[in-house]
Amino acid sequence: MAKITFITRDNETIELEGTSGSVMQLAVDNNVAGIDGDCGGVCSCATCHVHVAPEHQAKTGEATEIETDMLELNDYANEQSRLCCQMEISEELDGIVLQVAESD
Amino acid sequence: MKKSKLPDPFAAARQTTGLGKMDDQNDPVTMVLGLKDVRKCAHAWKAFQSGATPGRIVVPSEVAIRTTRQIPFEVDPPEHKDYRNLVEPWFKRPLEEEYSAILSQQINDIVDEVLTKDSVEVVEGFSLRLQSRALTLLLNTPFEEAETWISWGTHVFRSHGNDLDGDKANILYDYIDKRITQAIKNPSNDLYSMLLQAEKDGKKLTREEVKGVMILTFAGGRDTVINAVTNSIAYFAEHPKSLEQLKESPEMVNNAVEELIRYFSPLTHMGRVATQDTQVCEHAIKADSRISLCWASANRDERTFENPNEVILDRKVNPHVAFGFGTHNCLGATHARQIMRTLLTTLPKKVKSIDILEYKENIEELGEFKRKVGYDNLTVQFNKK
Repeated sequence: MAKITFITRDNETIELEGTSGSVMQLAVDNNVAGIDGDCGGVCSCATCHVHVAPEHQAKTGEATEIETDMLELNDYANEQSRLCCQMEISEELDGIVLQVAESD
Repeated sequence: MKKSKLPDPFAAARQTTGLGKMDDQNDPVTMVLGLKDVRKCAHAWKAFQSGATPGRIVVPSEVAIRTTRQIPFEVDPPEHKDYRNLVEPWFKRPLEEEYSAILSQQINDIVDEVLTKDSVEVVEGFSLRLQSRALTLLLNTPFEEAETWISWGTHVFRSHGNDLDGDKANILYDYIDKRITQAIKNPSNDLYSMLLQAEKDGKKLTREEVKGVMILTFAGGRDTVINAVTNSIAYFAEHPKSLEQLKESPEMVNNAVEELIRYFSPLTHMGRVATQDTQVCEHAIKADSRISLCWASANRDERTFENPNEVILDRKVNPHVAFGFGTHNCLGATHARQIMRTLLTTLPKKVKSIDILEYKENIEELGEFKRKVGYDNLTVQFNKK
């Protein structure tokens, strides 16, 4: 069981708990505004872009090359960016805080 | 095992110059072939615009047969965003429960129907009908309207041997005009009525703007969906085990849909017009000339996709650009994905196998390249479970 907190673009804080699946799916299932997950989690649409709070980056690890390539042209991407469809829920993620990224 | 294959004709050019050349009605196109280059050019909307003369970013160009600007497709930021925001919630309706339940019923019915026949010509007898019926949902218009659209044939602009058929295009434009007039007189809950009520910059959309959205909705989702569905049937005919696999592991359906869409890339490419002298892959592009973003080639880019020419139904990471990339990504993608997800859920429950009886491939001529995009016709027998 991992507790995962989303902060939406409107600064709403949503605390969720999950045991398996992707972080994107958890957000979509709980209607977190700004996480659409259009492609269902294959890293093709970039509609699940989040910023990981720096103190939690050790837990989530770095973005993969495919994610970095996807986000290379995104005006709102930075070093804290992840596509949360590529983050599998596990105990290790317990306590992380994710800010939903802006989009065009 | 090769009737369902879609070869990649772009590999050699993609690996050398990264570009291809084709003429189109004396308005040549430089095709951009690599995934990263395609993304970069799609992102660079100031240098490579969509808001050119209506019809010019489409390949083959529709400049000769269309004056109405398709919206939001042929509009650049920042205006694009205003239009897109207006229509986006409507085009997300396929995610609603009621919508997907009706779609599921429609697809169940048509699969049941083809299972009773000895032979079915898939393009006209299955895909076009499935696409047209599903479009009544997207437009929120009576189911019976589908019969009219089916009667137009597979491509609203193309008739046999004629890539750009002005007469056929007029059938669509006249039809849309009539329906707009009807919606003005008797507003309902359909897309026409929603658009007629919509406001941009505090003003109601003009009739021409409404028409622009409607033409896009009809044209953008017609042969693309038909090709995706037809190619899927051919694929499952040659891979009956995949049907079994999907039945046993329904959680695979989403990955399978994305993979088939990557592999089929139902829209080969989309054009842009350079607004200034610039460069792509160290090649000079002159102001007011055309490039195209070749989704079909980018989706086989060996630098990103392992075994790019194989269909791997459970491919997990699949950063394809079959629905475009960036600002102008496909407005109808939610609807298209829902059709494909429903089809890949329904077929495995009912269909044991599919036999291909006859087929003729639809090959696009793109200058130095010839690309199979689907079938002119595909006759099969569907076998019940």
